[in-house]
Amino acid sequence: MSQLRQIAFYGKGGIGKSTTSQNTLAALVEMDQKILIVGCDPKADSTRLILNTKLQDTVLHLAAEAGSVEDLEVEDVVKIGYKGIKCTEAGGPEPGVGCAGRGVITAINFLEENGAYDDVDYVSYDVLGDVVCGGFAMPIRENKAQEIYIVMSGEMMALYAANNIAKGILKYANSGGVRLGGLICNERKTDRELELAEALAAKLGCKMIHFVPRDNVVQHAELRRETVIQYDPTCQQAQEYRELARKIHANSGQGVIPTPITMEELEQMLLDFGIMQSEEDREKQIAEMEAKMKA
Amino acid sequence: MAKDHVSGPEELESIIQEVLEAYPAKAQKKRAKHLSVTTATEEDPDPVTGIASKCDSTKSNIKSIPGVMTIRGCAYAGSKGVVWGPIKDMVHISHGPVGCGQYSWSQRRNLYTGTTGVDSFVTMQFTTDFQEKDIVFGGDKKLEKTIDEINELFPLANGVTVQSECPIGLIGDDIEAVAKKKNKDIGKTIVPVRCEGFRGVSQSLGHHIANDAIRDWVIEAPESEAKKSYEPGPYDVNIIGDYNIGGDAWASRILLEEIGLNVIGCWSGDATLAEMERAPKAQLNLIHCYRSMNYICRYMEEKYNIGWMEYNFFGPTQIAASLRAIAAKFDETIQENAEKVIAKYQPLVDQVLAKYKPRLEGKSVMLYVGGLRPRHVVTAYDDLGMVIAGTGYEFAHNDDYKRTGHYVKEGTLIYDDVTGYELEKFIEKIRPDLVGSGIKEKYPVQKMGIPFRQMHSWDYSGPYHGYDGFAIFARDMDMAINNPVWGLFDAPWETPAVAAE
Repeated sequence: MSQLRQIAFYGKGGIGKSTTSQNTLAALVEMDQKILIVGCDPKADSTRLILNTKLQDTVLHLAAEAGSVEDLEVEDVVKIGYKGIKCTEAGGPEPGVGCAGRGVITAINFLEENGAYDDVDYVSYDVLGDVVCGGFAMPIRENKAQEIYIVMSGEMMALYAANNIAKGILKYANSGGVRLGGLICNERKTDRELELAEALAAKLGCKMIHFVPRDNVVQHAELRRETVIQYDPTCQQAQEYRELARKIHANSGQGVIPTPITMEELEQMLLDFGIMQSEEDREKQIAEMEAKMKA
Repeated sequence: MAKDHVSGPEELESIIQEVLEAYPAKAQKKRAKHLSVTTATEEDPDPVTGIASKCDSTKSNIKSIPGVMTIRGCAYAGSKGVVWGPIKDMVHISHGPVGCGQYSWSQRRNLYTGTTGVDSFVTMQFTTDFQEKDIVFGGDKKLEKTIDEINELFPLANGVTVQSECPIGLIGDDIEAVAKKKNKDIGKTIVPVRCEGFRGVSQSLGHHIANDAIRDWVIEAPESEAKKSYEPGPYDVNIIGDYNIGGDAWASRILLEEIGLNVIGCWSGDATLAEMERAPKAQLNLIHCYRSMNYICRYMEEKYNIGWMEYNFFGPTQIAASLRAIAAKFDETIQENAEKVIAKYQPLVDQVLAKYKPRLEGKSVMLYVGGLRPRHVVTAYDDLGMVIAGTGYEFAHNDDYKRTGHYVKEGTLIYDDVTGYELEKFIEKIRPDLVGSGIKEKYPVQKMGIPFRQMHSWDYSGPYHGYDGFAIFARDMDMAINNPVWGLFDAPWETPAVAAE
């Protein structure tokens, strides 16, 4: 068995982290890798495509029922999914109560201490949206994920979130060993998306790992609670995910310490790409429109 | 067994400088603002003490410097430990992990009548004992269950307060919603108090938050039976800010009753919920601990037009002056009664002074206490002929230091939020005949060979308020200072560096 590799998927909420990560992991398992998924989102939807079920029982809910995490066995919380992928969900409170961040810390510590990480090649963390507090930074911290993959798109807020996550990685890069594996662009069909993603990658000093094109087959598969790999193994999109998996597998140890940029720099980048209008341009445009109206 | 005394403000200033030198530049600059020596002032001297000095230049109510070992408490301590804890017929839940409740178990010697565990609960400890899952999933359900259990186990409890520990504020539990719901369910007063320890710079904010909770959840709550059925009388007063340490409130109450007043509430020593509910029906609020309860007095003044006045029942001089000042707010009968009471206790005072003054005269004292005592007890020492060398507050605000100028003479050392190091050094340099502070200070000071009395808990003695209290106070100070043990302090085989008395 090769050394345990721990990776994590971060990105803006709704960007397609869970879909991208599960499809990628389904492709990785085809490469004979033993995988453990650790879902770190209170919504607990990081494993449904692998397990082909609605939602699995989470570590924290089972712990709350049993009394505390000490009362749980690792077998209670690990479910086996597509081609032997082990699946766990940290879980967490309903929106608006309690502390989901603390829940992530509790769950990860439990899994690690109870041997869930033994006998696997990959541990993959799927973490919710922004790194809102210390708890959600847990997978970035010392001795957890070695490489972070940021799922993003050409949308302004996705770029902004990617940059913020890079800041989080930078914070822990020097104390622990965490590195930025690269960006995964999940196509949204925005203007000059690929170029923009590559430009951001250049600014952050990392690779643009893969550009995943938009394809409706992902939707079809997801409605059946399946990955594309499982649903239609021969389609073009399945090939894309296999390609992404191959690149991530080959990217071992090649992560970088990111160089996040300021908000001003980020806006300037969007201006340069003609996506955002400068103040002057906007005024000019208004003036032109007014002139037209008069005429 | 004072070995050598400093004299004069110049020497005190140089001691301050010497003590500050141990700090790095930044801490030095910050701490310098909290240390001073009282100076002369143009103001008229206080009519009772005959003293006027200036010490309001001392900075106060500012965040302590990390690492200096402050003696302060937290907001939870201010609410649960001081204001709410002594309300005897309510159960006070330490809401959060078990530690805060465990370490504040038994309260602060707030004596009370009643049967503990049946109709009174002051020395009992209730906690929601937060576990990991309560942090992650929120503790509202557990809080509800705890209130239900309390209601079932202790049917004579008249209400419940929820004293928030730090995590409650961090995870954003909606304790107000729980309080409202449970109030409907069980029909008892439920008070949520947002006194998370990390709020504010000391216990002082906890007092304020607790006062606000009394306002919002007791006084402004729908009128209770206890309040409705109470017929107010012309001599009704509330004692505010007497926590009945060692029976202080009882020793105060009898004096007020002897002059013909009717004490309808005592906050919050030996107090009940009904006393708080009825409070707005009083004619006057008499406030002893200004720092911890001035807020509610100001509120009652604004809302119910009830006047308030500060008084001081430490030592015969202040007791007499306070009784006269209180009586002056009422009719001639009360005023005559006051004179009679003062005259009645004069023989006791004379006896106490005859016995103890010769043994204590000229002895110097350094104090470091909490809310009102750093100034209020000064005159009691003064009555015994003792001298205050230095005094300081843990959590005072500027108005406290303004008032201190009426009690301590020019050339008194003042230390605000003193650090462990500073206090030790000051005591070492000044070597007073007595130090009055808390349990953490007691043993280091005694090991220096200096007599000590705990001035938070009265060192398991008390009361010290009122005429009865003064007799005990004088006895205790004598017992500490003139204890023969101090003559044995230096080992017989060692020649003492400075000769003992």
